[in-house]
Amino acid sequence: MTKLENDLLDILREDCRIPLEKLAVMTGASMAEVADAIEQLEKNKIILRYAPVINWDKTDRDRVEAMIEVKVLPQREQGFDAVAARIYAFDEVRSVYLMSGSYDLLVLVQARTLKELALFVSEKLSVLDTVTGTATAFVLKRYKEDGVVFEDTREDGRLVITL
Amino acid sequence: MNYDRYLNASVAAVPPSGIRRFFDMASTMKGTISLGVGEPDFITPYHIRDAAINSLLNGETQYTANRGMLSLRKAVSRYLEERFAVSYDPEREIVITVGASEAIDTVIRAIASPGDEILVPEPSYVSYSPSVIFAGGTPVPIVTTAETDFRLTADALRAVITPRTKALILPYPNNPTGAIMERADLEQIAAVIREKEILVISDEIYGELTYGGRTHTAFGSLPGMMPYTVTINCFSKSFAMTGWRVGYACGPSEIIDVVNKIHQYAILCAPRQGQAAALEALYAGFANGFEDVARMRESYDRRRRLMVQGFRDMGLECFEPLGAFYVFPSIRSTGLTSEEFCQRLLRDKQIACVPGTAFAPCGEGHIRCSYATALDKLNIALDRMAQFIRGL
Repeated sequence: MTKLENDLLDILREDCRIPLEKLAVMTGASMAEVADAIEQLEKNKIILRYAPVINWDKTDRDRVEAMIEVKVLPQREQGFDAVAARIYAFDEVRSVYLMSGSYDLLVLVQARTLKELALFVSEKLSVLDTVTGTATAFVLKRYKEDGVVFEDTREDGRLVITL
Repeated sequence: MNYDRYLNASVAAVPPSGIRRFFDMASTMKGTISLGVGEPDFITPYHIRDAAINSLLNGETQYTANRGMLSLRKAVSRYLEERFAVSYDPEREIVITVGASEAIDTVIRAIASPGDEILVPEPSYVSYSPSVIFAGGTPVPIVTTAETDFRLTADALRAVITPRTKALILPYPNNPTGAIMERADLEQIAAVIREKEILVISDEIYGELTYGGRTHTAFGSLPGMMPYTVTINCFSKSFAMTGWRVGYACGPSEIIDVVNKIHQYAILCAPRQGQAAALEALYAGFANGFEDVARMRESYDRRRRLMVQGFRDMGLECFEPLGAFYVFPSIRSTGLTSEEFCQRLLRDKQIACVPGTAFAPCGEGHIRCSYATALDKLNIALDRMAQFIRGL
């Protein structure tokens, strides 16, 4: 990783809509160099997507989320990867992490309704023969995601002008 | 009742800060984006705040030693040695003060007698000259200009030294210009100091914030300069700790003893929780290579480049600042004075900047813009300023 690539990651993770010319000014590189670096980051699958953080609670969509602790049987030769792949293939699954501790996979699931989510767990996830147990916890409220506080009421506490 | 006869005439003669009216105007205008703020936009890192909370929970509510907690002075000593190659004895050569402001004031009071001249490069932070006057001394300005990148030159220094000159204030990296002094510049100053034997009060509070591959050189680190140098620094700018009010003065014990005498009568000690927080800032920094400082510096640097380019795109002459978090573009080409420019910009576009004249008469023709503001706001501010200038 070059310094430029690192700088770009720091900038883009906060705001990926900054135009190329401003990225160039901010990093001190030329526009061509910035464009190349970003292309490399994308090609190497370091940058996978440019997506906003959305507060869904403020939309009119029905949406429930749950975090499911899943215990699984690792597969010969493939360890946990094959099991994880079976699980992340479901559209309902937003994230899957292999965890240390008392369970194996943490699965973040999203559905329209509680019923839909419960059905996913009971009819799709639990029935996988490699899954030996699940514990589902529903998300009640989201306060902060990816570094962004949803209802940030803090104001700039600084005086307007100080010398 | 007329209080004039009760008030200290020399203090009363010092004008109040020149931006009061402007400040009032800016404070009441809705939607103002301020580029006039002289402090970081970061909140003190959480682990530092947590250390102060723990200090309170532990019941640490008493005075500390006048000079500050010995553990903090030891940490400051190590910090200055590791980061800036200056070595101070924590027992005898360091006093923890209520911000750098108190350090500036007490150091000046410790050395200035009536009739003594203290040299103040300008434009610079607003407290030096008043402190000299309060102490009964005479401030002598040295004008610096964009032609020399607002650096102090040996010639300019030599030209103002008289037999009454006691000390030079060395305010670099500089507020408001963002200028720095590199080692070669400082060596030329050191040669004059060696010859004329005057003291240097080196205000290095922005020492962690230098850019463009430059690192700060502490004046005391130059050969032979320790005996002449009082180093002033603080936690405000480097660690985003302005409201905690913790700074320090370091120097020869003969001077620091007197600084401490004033400090113990006037202040007693810097606030204890501020000291606890400062200690955590340094301990954590030793452990992780000052990553908080590096993170903030990187962030400032990106915004610095954006601002300089933004002003140049507007057609304003803008010398490249390599320190602190200010840009000091020239607005002479608009035909407006600094004050007119800032007032109209505020009224028409709700952008607050500080007229260069708030820092010294020689700041005329410039405005100080702080880039310690969120990136999206800086972009809006630059757009509005460009519109403003096009509309002139």
